[in-house]
Amino acid sequence: MDIKVRGIQKNFGSFPALGGVDLDIESGELIALLGPSGSGKTTLLRVIAGLEFPDRGQILFGEEDMADQPIRERRVGFVFQHYALFKHMTVLDNVAFGLRVRSRGERPPEAIIRERARELIELVQLAGLEKRYPTQLSGGQRQRVALARALAIEPRVLLLDEPFGALDAKVRKDLRRWLRQLHDKTGVTTIFVTHDQEEALELADRVVVMNKGRIEQVGSTDEVYEKPATPFVFDFLGNTNVLPGEVRGREVYVDGQTSAIVTDSIHAAGPVDVYVRPSDLRVTDAHAAGFDAVIRSMQRTGPIVRCEATAVHSGQAIEIEVPHLHHDTQALRAGQQVRLRLNQFSVFPRQTRKGGGALPDVVANAPAEYRERGRS
Amino acid sequence: MSSLVLSPRSKTHTVRTTAIPGFGLTLGYTIVYLSLLVLIPLAGVFFKAAGLGFEGFWHVVSSPRVLAALKLSFGAALIGASINAVFGTLVAWVFVRYEFPGKRFFDAIIDLPFALPTAVAGIALTALYAGNGWIGQYLEPLGIKIAYTPLGVIVACTFIGLPFVVRTVQPVLQDAEKELEEAAASLGADRWQTITRVILPTVLPAVLTGFALAFARAVGEYGSIIFIAGNLPMVSEIAPLLIIIKLEEFDYAGATAVASAMLILSFILLLLVNGLQVWARKRHGGSR
Amino acid sequence: MSTVFDTTLQDPPGLPPEFGQGPLMRRNAAVTEVPWVRWTLILAALLFLLGFLFLPLIAVFVEALRNGFAAYFAAITEPDAWSAIRLTLLTAAIAVPLNLVFGVSAAWAITKFDFRGKSFLITLIDLPFSVSPVVAGLIYILIFGAHGWAGPWLMDHGIKVAFAAPGIVLATIFVTFPFIARELIPLMQEQGTEYEQAALSLGASGWQTFWRVTLPNIRWGLLYGVLLCNARAMGEFGAVSVISGHIRGQTNTMPLHVEILYNEYQFSAAFAVASLLALLALLTLGLKAWLEWRHGEELSASRKH
Repeated sequence: MDIKVRGIQKNFGSFPALGGVDLDIESGELIALLGPSGSGKTTLLRVIAGLEFPDRGQILFGEEDMADQPIRERRVGFVFQHYALFKHMTVLDNVAFGLRVRSRGERPPEAIIRERARELIELVQLAGLEKRYPTQLSGGQRQRVALARALAIEPRVLLLDEPFGALDAKVRKDLRRWLRQLHDKTGVTTIFVTHDQEEALELADRVVVMNKGRIEQVGSTDEVYEKPATPFVFDFLGNTNVLPGEVRGREVYVDGQTSAIVTDSIHAAGPVDVYVRPSDLRVTDAHAAGFDAVIRSMQRTGPIVRCEATAVHSGQAIEIEVPHLHHDTQALRAGQQVRLRLNQFSVFPRQTRKGGGALPDVVANAPAEYRERGRS
Repeated sequence: MSSLVLSPRSKTHTVRTTAIPGFGLTLGYTIVYLSLLVLIPLAGVFFKAAGLGFEGFWHVVSSPRVLAALKLSFGAALIGASINAVFGTLVAWVFVRYEFPGKRFFDAIIDLPFALPTAVAGIALTALYAGNGWIGQYLEPLGIKIAYTPLGVIVACTFIGLPFVVRTVQPVLQDAEKELEEAAASLGADRWQTITRVILPTVLPAVLTGFALAFARAVGEYGSIIFIAGNLPMVSEIAPLLIIIKLEEFDYAGATAVASAMLILSFILLLLVNGLQVWARKRHGGSR
Repeated sequence: MSTVFDTTLQDPPGLPPEFGQGPLMRRNAAVTEVPWVRWTLILAALLFLLGFLFLPLIAVFVEALRNGFAAYFAAITEPDAWSAIRLTLLTAAIAVPLNLVFGVSAAWAITKFDFRGKSFLITLIDLPFSVSPVVAGLIYILIFGAHGWAGPWLMDHGIKVAFAAPGIVLATIFVTFPFIARELIPLMQEQGTEYEQAALSLGASGWQTFWRVTLPNIRWGLLYGVLLCNARAMGEFGAVSVISGHIRGQTNTMPLHVEILYNEYQFSAAFAVASLLALLALLTLGLKAWLEWRHGEELSASRKH
């Protein structure tokens, strides 16, 4: 089932939770709504489900307008953040609930209901636990019961609110992989909400990055990570250094450095912010394009060495991350001045940092020649 | 999220504001039920009292017998609630902090005044505190007469208000972090200082709430008081009884006037206590 | 009612056992009391409870049996007592279910939705707690009495409310309607609306959601509220006393019957009927304690009356 979101606006009192959201979701897609808390991602999910009603705008399932459809007629499988499993029912009864509440004409016979529930319980790998009550299950098991329960109504779309939020790290990783496999098996259009960029990037076909009730960018994992449309997206998807820079023609001067980095995209001339991730900074020889910085301190955290440095001209604090065994680590010594190369970066017009207004559109992304090394 | 008004939308349908059904049905039923049972009848009392005019109202209320009854009802309720504030807090403290034989039993029996019909409580208290009663016989030689005096009214007020303070203070004490006391101790406070400066301020709002509830209950109490009070006009006659006497004399207007006076006085006092509670909560940042 | 006799005196929990006796006691003096203070406080609290709660309860039964079992049974089986018992049961049988429906309905509206005037509505529900039962009876007399607004008209049509069973039921409803609502509102507030949303998303109708999901979640709290409501309904005295007219054998409930017997100096008989009500109270308290002990986590955390 493909889903179209058209101009959805929703206010909670005077707080604009959603300020005009448009989104097309294709049939069978696995989509992540990613954003910080208060970005409107959960509200959007609940509007699609029919748990909230928009002040303006349309939700279309296929060509069908959902405006007048209450949640019970939408056939959406909704998995709640804390699962909302019915405590007084066994696993089997929870999964069978959606079939048992159907009107007499549509309700399959009890034997078939049980059969179907068992199949689903097997699908989520909980066979043998049918008679347990939710309180007798672990967090990961509850999550899967909630999923089986949602799948039992043969949903047109599966909606998951922070599906892994309440689980510990190890279980979360396993479940993530398992959910991806399950999606590939069932092919149900799936939308999930998360604030964890790693989760979104690993699991989803496409990621919808949201901020302050608006969509900042929609794209594949690669697109949002490598071609972030706005400073917000760049910042939200990972650690970020923001360096002052200036564009002249096709050259970008970082930190007042005379050795310009050449880009192949066209930028508006003038002051810019150059966004670069700590892991995209590498030591280069003194004449190559880049900028100079003095290493202040180093700290190894597991497989990665983290450096704090200061840009020579602006005094801007910079973070650098290098794999422990990388040859750069030898060049990095506290007190030493090094020239840093930008593997990959984004250029945005200099922001007046007051917040509030809409963020400017993307001007340029990193040129092809800087992508030669890929991400480490 | 939802409002009483369903605003029309540009097209034919209206904006739904919540996914949960049953708003109109349940709220409608609730409002109708309350209106029929409470609002309309209560408005009637004030309407009736207003019919007296202020002169008539004042004439009834300022008669010595009514004044004495009001004074007794409110005074005894105030004293009873105060006794409960002290002993209720003590009982709650003992229940939360100490172990002793029979604790569970006594804890369960605290709610007796809620569950025991007031008339039963009234005759039982009288049997205990009358001059020849179980307790009264030991007090009488000392010159203390409880039953058939205002003291009896206070005893009954204390009885029916007892659970309120205990049950409001108990959970607050339960939640109060032991760490606070340990912190006070680590800073050099002795036990008495810890109790008066750390623990009591924390539970004060709850004590006041319990006090207000106990007081409100005792002011209007009838059943458990009339048996023990003796009901001597001007001495041990409570306001609710006076209402009944006036009703039996078919003096509806007089009864209504006394009732209104009670309602207004209770309201003012509750407002005061409420203000005090807000103050205590702000001042001491109580946990509830 | 289960009673646990803990004979050992314990220091407050939370101190590791490896602390020696000497330093422990000294260290601890700042966070608990020395034994003699502790025992004095316990004794004071228990004496207070003894004088005000326990002895009155015992007195009811002792006085009831003062003239022996035969007199006791005679008192509770004589026709007037019997008709008072019947009227009391009838009153509770009408008032409690009505208040049950009201309580559930009010709690649903208040906890599942936001609307203007909600806090006013909650205040209104609490009203009977701060209105004298006598005043509650009075307001119905003013309406349904012989000189009331609706009284004469109703009497012309053969309907008697004041000084009859309908008035008693009305007054009882007024005095007891907050109990169930007050129990359910905090409970349902804590539970939120997620279970209902889940049921609806699975295709359940409003009624199905209520019966299959909400009701099982609130059943113990509901039972708790019904218990309290019932105890008060059967024992209500002030409001009923005003509106009943005290007609023996017709409009006397059990508490009123107790009053009449007592005023006629038939003390043992009065206490005999009273003992039935006291048994009801004990049963209520017992069930209440059982509910708190067995299903405490399914009752509201902020329960208070």
